[in-house]
Order: sequence, then C-alpha cells, then structure tokens
Amino acid sequence: MLIKKPSDIRPSEITPRELFYGRRRFLQLAAGASALALLPPGLAAGEKLPDVRKSDYVLPDKTTPYEDITRYNNFYEFGTDKESPAKLAGSLKTRPWTVAVEGEVRKPKTYDIDELLKLAPLEERVYRLRCVEAWSMVVPWVGFPLAELIRRVEPTGNAKFVEFTTLLDPAQMPGQRSAVLDWPYVEGLRMDEAMHPLTLLAVGLYGEVLPNQNGAPIRLVVPWKYGFKSAKSIVRIRFVEKQPVSTWMKAGAREYGFYANVNPEVDHPRWSQAKERRIGEFFKRPTLPFNGYGDQVAQLYAGMDLRKFF
Amino acid sequence: MVMNIRNPHPKTIAALKRGLFLILSIPLFKLIADGVLDQLGANPIEKITRTTGYWTLTLLLVTLAVTPLRRFFGWSWPGRFRRMLGLFAFFYGCLHFLTYLVLDQFFDWAGIVKDIAKRPYITVGFTALLLLVPLAVTSTDGMIRRLGGKRWRVLHRLVYLIAILGVVHFWWLVKKDISRPAIDAAILALLLGFRMMDAVRKQVSGARSEEKRKSSNIDGPSSSRHPPGLSVLDGKAHSETTP
Repeated sequence: MLIKKPSDIRPSEITPRELFYGRRRFLQLAAGASALALLPPGLAAGEKLPDVRKSDYVLPDKTTPYEDITRYNNFYEFGTDKESPAKLAGSLKTRPWTVAVEGEVRKPKTYDIDELLKLAPLEERVYRLRCVEAWSMVVPWVGFPLAELIRRVEPTGNAKFVEFTTLLDPAQMPGQRSAVLDWPYVEGLRMDEAMHPLTLLAVGLYGEVLPNQNGAPIRLVVPWKYGFKSAKSIVRIRFVEKQPVSTWMKAGAREYGFYANVNPEVDHPRWSQAKERRIGEFFKRPTLPFNGYGDQVAQLYAGMDLRKFF
Repeated sequence: MVMNIRNPHPKTIAALKRGLFLILSIPLFKLIADGVLDQLGANPIEKITRTTGYWTLTLLLVTLAVTPLRRFFGWSWPGRFRRMLGLFAFFYGCLHFLTYLVLDQFFDWAGIVKDIAKRPYITVGFTALLLLVPLAVTSTDGMIRRLGGKRWRVLHRLVYLIAILGVVHFWWLVKKDISRPAIDAAILALLLGFRMMDAVRKQVSGARSEEKRKSSNIDGPSSSRHPPGLSVLDGKAHSETTP
C-alpha cells in the first residue's frame, strides 16, 4: 500500500524549466568565453600574425600605405564603390569559417580556417597588384602557396582547373542584395597556374591578420593577373575538368576573359591597359606584360594567342 | 517683402541668386579643402574627375527642369537662375576636362587624341563639352540680342543633345554598376519626355484652332500663339519675348 506523503517543496518554489536551463546555458557561455580568452591571439583583423618569415618574393618598390590598401577596395559584396568595403565589411564574420576542398581530388576535406593558418609556414610576399581599372598598388601579403594545399588533397588526373567560390550570405555581405553580379563570386585558374609558386593563399597584410575588406579570412592572390581573378573570402575550392565560368565572364564575356593576364598590348574594350596609375603616384607608369612577372609565368602561355585568350 | 513662390519679389530673386552662386561653388571649395587636407582618398585624381563630372551632369539636368517647372506649376522665377546653372555646368565640365588633361594624362596629347578617337565614352563626353562652348559664349544678354530670340533658342536646343551625350558618357564608363547613370537617364527621359508631350499637345491644339479659324473664316492672330515650349531662354530674356 502506498501512503502519499505531501511534498515539502511548494510548487511555487520550483525553478521553472526555462530559467533552470537558461542559467545553465549562461554558465556554459561564460565558460566558453573565458576559454576563448585564453586561446592564442591573432584571430581578429589587425592583429599580428605569428611566425611570418620573409620570402624571396619581395619587390624593391615602395609598398602602398596600409590606409590606401585597406580603404580603396573593389569588393562588390560590400558595394560597388571603393569606399564601401572598408565601411561595411565589419558585418563579415570570419570565425567560425571553413573552406571545402572538393571535386577531382583523392582526399577532399573541409578545412577549418585555423587549421589552414597552420597548414604551411606563413611568408611575406611583396607583390604588385594591377586592377583591370588601370590603377595599381604594391602589397605586402602574408600567406602560403596554393600549391601547398593542392598537394595535400591529391588532385586526380581529371583535375584540369580549380574553381574558387566566395561566401554567399547577403546578411553578412550587403552588396549581395543587389544583382549587380551573379552571386556567389566565382573565379578559376588552370591547374598549372594554380600550382605556380607565385600563386598565393593570403591570410594577412603588413604582417597582420587580413582586414575583412581585403578578403578575410582567406583569399587568392595571383599577381600576374588583373585583381578580379584573386577571389576573396573563399569558402570552396573545387577541382574540375572543364574551364569554370567566372563571375566577370558572365557579367561581360567581351570585356573579361578567363585568363585576364595583365597585358599592356590588349586593351579593355572601353579603356587602354597600356598604362596604370600606381596609388600614391602622380604620373602614370607603363604597365608591364604579366604585371612584371613575365620571366616566371610567360612560359605557361607559350604558343597561345593572348589577344584571343585575354 | 512677402515670399510668394509663384512670383517672388525682385529683391528675393537677387538674394537667391547670390546664395545660389555660393551653393554652386561649394563642390569646388570642398574639392580644394579635401585636397589640402589630404582627404581625397587613395586615388585623388579619380575622385576629382568623378566629382566634377557628377556636378556637370547634375547641373545640366537641373537647367532642363526649369521649363517643366514653369509649364507645370507656373513658376517662371527658376528661369532667372538658369543662366547661372548652365554656366556652372559648363564650368564644372571644363574642370572635368582639365582634370583629365592635366592630372590624368598630363598633356599626353598623343594619348588624348587616341582616347578621343578610340574610346566611345571619351568621344561622346568630349563632343558634349565642345557643344557646350557655343552655348556658354552666347549666354550674355548682348549675344541674345545680337542673335535674336528665335535663332538663340534654336541654338540652345543643343542642350538636349548635350545632356543625352552626358548621360551616355557616364553610362559607358561605369564598369558594371549602372544604377547611377540609370537614374540620370530616367530623369533626363522624364524632362525630355515632358517637352515632347508639350510640343505634341501644342501642335494638336494649334491644328484645332487653325481649323476653327478656317471654318469661321476669321483672320487674325490665334489666341494660342506663343513661343514654343521648348524655349531654353534665361528667364529675364524670356520675359521680354513672352507675351
């Protein structure tokens, strides 16, 4: 027989379920936040990247000031004028961040950004940057060769091209709410271009974590091609057999080709590419074939009609 | 001095004119100040080119709004500012070209000639500026008298073509985002469309009164006869030629 003894806790004293779990969640959050504070620094834009070594790829030219590199950007995901990215890119969350490496590879893998940062030794490379709009800069990037990543995923024989995709998230990238380009931003390289030692995955600038407006947390840098080839804020790297159709090719195939090698001989249909204004200089300077990297890359295009494959 | 929006006092007009002169000078002084304070951004030459171009086109569109304002709302006083607006448009257009000539190309005449011949957007922009020259030259009261109202009006209709060339120039130079030239094109279409409708309406009513005149067999001036609505005359001169 069961004798019912009344509970000595009145119902009014019982903590409601939501509050009970709410408190638990708060404690968990607090613990997480403290743990985060103990993590090694170097995640936020502007923080110094550790263990960056000098490389052989350093131009003797004077580098463009940090303020100009970070306030004069073409990054249509944050607006089509040059000032908008610096103003609006704060809404981009670069942690957590993953990069899916997939397609024609034996070892596809989704990398966490912090894993990528430790994938290969970070090095500083001072490169020329030539925009298709006929201005240029000299940028001290920090990163590692794309080839380092490619080797690790072991491309198959079918991998002829590499396709890069930028994050698609209009909530973080307000420029994507306008249909000015066909989002997400897609760019591509031929396999030998991607494997070239000059081709860089950049994670930093001036020794510091890459600012959002420059393509954080990870971007491509292909110094002998016009700037738009260097996809920013990359979330996917896919190895494919067919030549990818890049966003700018879709936007205007007559004006923007797949190769987009810097070439003073081949004009943009609407403006000359013979000269460029280096930011900070008054007089225009002549544009160099392959942006001055001809000795290293011209052989990649031996026998190709560069007027046809612009 | 009572402020009457349809017909303000001459003193009000004179004060507004002085104020407008100062307002229209602001873009220039802002450029100079920004230049001195190093606030023109990473690419100052591009910034100056864009700003002067923007004001040229904007002021051209404003001058073209004067006639619709008169026809729609019966405001004739904006016409009193049209000459100044037009001359400021020309002034910013000259600064725009000088920026290109001196700062951008630095007197690279061969390069400039090639640009004008080869780059359609530069061709139309340069043509628009050249066409503005005779309008600026004939903007004085003396020139209006010398030419006579009718010939002067015909000449100044060039402004329609100039504005179209200006918008085309802007449209063709932007890389991809055509939203701003598209806004200018829409405004221009509205302003020119208004004139076309006005002209058609007048022709219809003119034909009607002509018929009426024939059927009633009455000779003499038609009541609806007045200068064409396409007039781009300065308000002052205009008031002399309008009954």
